[in-house]
Amino acid sequence: MEDFADKGLQVVVGLAIFAAIIGLIMLVVDRAPKSGREKLQVAGFLAPALILLAVGLVFPALQTSYISFTNRNGEFVGLDNFVWMFTQPEALVTLRNTLIWVVLVPLLASSIGLAYAVFIDRARGEKALKALVFMPMAISFVGAGVIWRFVYAYKGAEQNQIGLLNQILVWLGQEPKQFLLDAPENTFFLIAVMIWIQTGFAMVVLSAAIKGIPTEIVEAARLDGASAWQQFRNVTIPTIRGSLIVVITTITIGTLKVFDIVRTMTAGQYETSVVANEMYTQAFRAGEPGRGAALALVLFLMVLPVVVYNARLLRKQKEIR
Amino acid sequence: MAKTRSRKLVLPAAALSVSLLALAGCGSGGSDSAGGSENADCAAYESYGTFEDAEVSVYSTIVDVEAERLEATWADFSECTGIEVAYEGSKEFETQIGVRAQGGTAPDLAIFPQPGLLATQAGFLKPAPQEVSDLVDEGWSEDWKAYGTVDGTFYAAPMLASIKGYIWYVPATFEEKGWEVPTTWDEMMELTEKIASEEEDIKPWCAGFESGEATGWPGTDWVEDAVLRENGPEVYDQWVTHEIPFNDPQIVKSFDRVGDILKNDDYVNGGFGDSRSILSTPFSEAGQPVLDGQCAMHHQASFQASNWPEGTNVAEDGDVWAFMTPPVDPAAGTAVTGGGEFIGAYTDRPEVQALQAFMASADFANIRVALGGNISANKGLDPEVATSDLDRQSIELLQDPNTVFRFDASDLMPGAVGSNSFWSGIVNWINGSSTEEVTQTVEDSWPAS
Repeated sequence: MEDFADKGLQVVVGLAIFAAIIGLIMLVVDRAPKSGREKLQVAGFLAPALILLAVGLVFPALQTSYISFTNRNGEFVGLDNFVWMFTQPEALVTLRNTLIWVVLVPLLASSIGLAYAVFIDRARGEKALKALVFMPMAISFVGAGVIWRFVYAYKGAEQNQIGLLNQILVWLGQEPKQFLLDAPENTFFLIAVMIWIQTGFAMVVLSAAIKGIPTEIVEAARLDGASAWQQFRNVTIPTIRGSLIVVITTITIGTLKVFDIVRTMTAGQYETSVVANEMYTQAFRAGEPGRGAALALVLFLMVLPVVVYNARLLRKQKEIR
Repeated sequence: MAKTRSRKLVLPAAALSVSLLALAGCGSGGSDSAGGSENADCAAYESYGTFEDAEVSVYSTIVDVEAERLEATWADFSECTGIEVAYEGSKEFETQIGVRAQGGTAPDLAIFPQPGLLATQAGFLKPAPQEVSDLVDEGWSEDWKAYGTVDGTFYAAPMLASIKGYIWYVPATFEEKGWEVPTTWDEMMELTEKIASEEEDIKPWCAGFESGEATGWPGTDWVEDAVLRENGPEVYDQWVTHEIPFNDPQIVKSFDRVGDILKNDDYVNGGFGDSRSILSTPFSEAGQPVLDGQCAMHHQASFQASNWPEGTNVAEDGDVWAFMTPPVDPAAGTAVTGGGEFIGAYTDRPEVQALQAFMASADFANIRVALGGNISANKGLDPEVATSDLDRQSIELLQDPNTVFRFDASDLMPGAVGSNSFWSGIVNWINGSSTEEVTQTVEDSWPAS
């Protein structure tokens, strides 16, 4: 117990020192000579963040880039790791799968989310219906992976099924199926999990955007005799375009980084690996940090354009306002 | 607001203090908890000398009950020599040991579960003192000493051993059906065929390779057993050290020998489904149908004894028992695969060397094995101290001079193969790929340097 109090004191002292340093910085920038005070203030407040950013982000990024050009003994090997990535069949499968993920998940999650948002808009029990779809968002990817592994679980035809889908197949008089073992469709069964999680996010954001459409516009369209479909195409979609892009890009970034679902459900076996998962496997299990770093770098380059586009769009919207 | 603020403070404070407490616990827990009997016979420990205020840190993968038993082995040693042992066990050992060695915070002694891992640490380790080397010459076979040797320098004494390749069965069922325990691989295949054709409700074999990201490793044990039994220790060694390619025709043949059982839907997988259900069956549950009477045999290491439900009597006349995977050619003698641990030193202070010498001695092996749950290949070990029939049988097998022992091949191969492509190769193989395809892929993944 004494120990506990001791450590507690250490924490308090640590926090006090932190506060003192921040206070000192404030004091110094406040007392700075008038000329250039503004610049000093900016520097004073930005410096801690910039230093942390350099130590925690920039330096590791540079180091990762360097490692991607070395082999497992730390010797420089040039582009070998990248050649491996784009020639070895198993590495190519990884890239192919990532591509399938990144095309399907944002597209399906947003369109299902959008359709759902439109259909339940102002419907009775809207809140309950929304909660139903939104709930998977609250489950961690690992948790979702575990749940869906049970849904897909397989037992032989003579045995009792414990997986929901296979039980349904048996009820329908079909043979049970090894959902997670059969490539290439197993990738789609994994993708379904991600869509299950992300649809809720898309639905909530888009539903809010739909509710934000000015009633005058909707009424005007109705008076002009627009059909429901025409309203949707010519009024709803253009008005919520901004939100739609945010939703799609956010899901895209999340999908590119997908790791937990694949790891918990198949560990990347049976041709289901994706870049983020393969990066971990190569770096930590196979003892090939160079290959892992190369995959990380490629993943970074894949995410980058999406992030840049997102940031530019946000800036443009700010300008309009 | 007040609530959130206090929570913000409490959380990191709590996390920090818990981790610090845990560390403090590790530091002092070692010898206190084990206690040391009051009237320890210190005569046996005289040769190690006496020390004052000496402490040796030990780091390994061993946790929980196993760790308590390990700590108990050096209770008297601490009492008599005055050397405190600060023990720390961690499941993250494999990655952490490298990090700690590089960071300059290596333990005094580390217990390596894989010779391959030991070899990567050779640059940081101190060569074993002469006394330890002599003890190992005396107590262990040359093969075992070689696993602790890197590039001609002997670093680490073997500590404990385990045996793989047991085939588990229910003796009562065998007796009732009139099945004989096979003594050759061919007999085993005949029995398999007999069960498959004559029994409607019993499949000859159960198997399960699911183990999260390590899925496939029980399959590597199968293949290793077949390679050693079919081609002998020389080819096995060449295979491990890559003197012959991974897809050498001899190896391919052994793969197929295993595939004749595992890839045949008629022979596997009792209680679970077709051959491919092996991949989705957790290895720890895979043996269950043996007891339920849905399959006759299950191939798994000696640790399977602890996978059976509580109260299962593991004995020759009990609920379940095991025979060693039989040889292909009985004239070639018994060959077994297995694993073991090795104690390497990062420092060479006298007290560290004293503990190192103690742990390499037959005394240590006897004390540890008597506590149950583990065996050793030390020749000075008395099989009678073992706590179970299976342990006794395993010890006799290991000590038999005619037994050819080989370390688990995947533990000796480079990580890119042994803990990656070999595993995924087995997975693809069971999932339908041909032996040629799979062995070629694994061969391609063998690191060039």
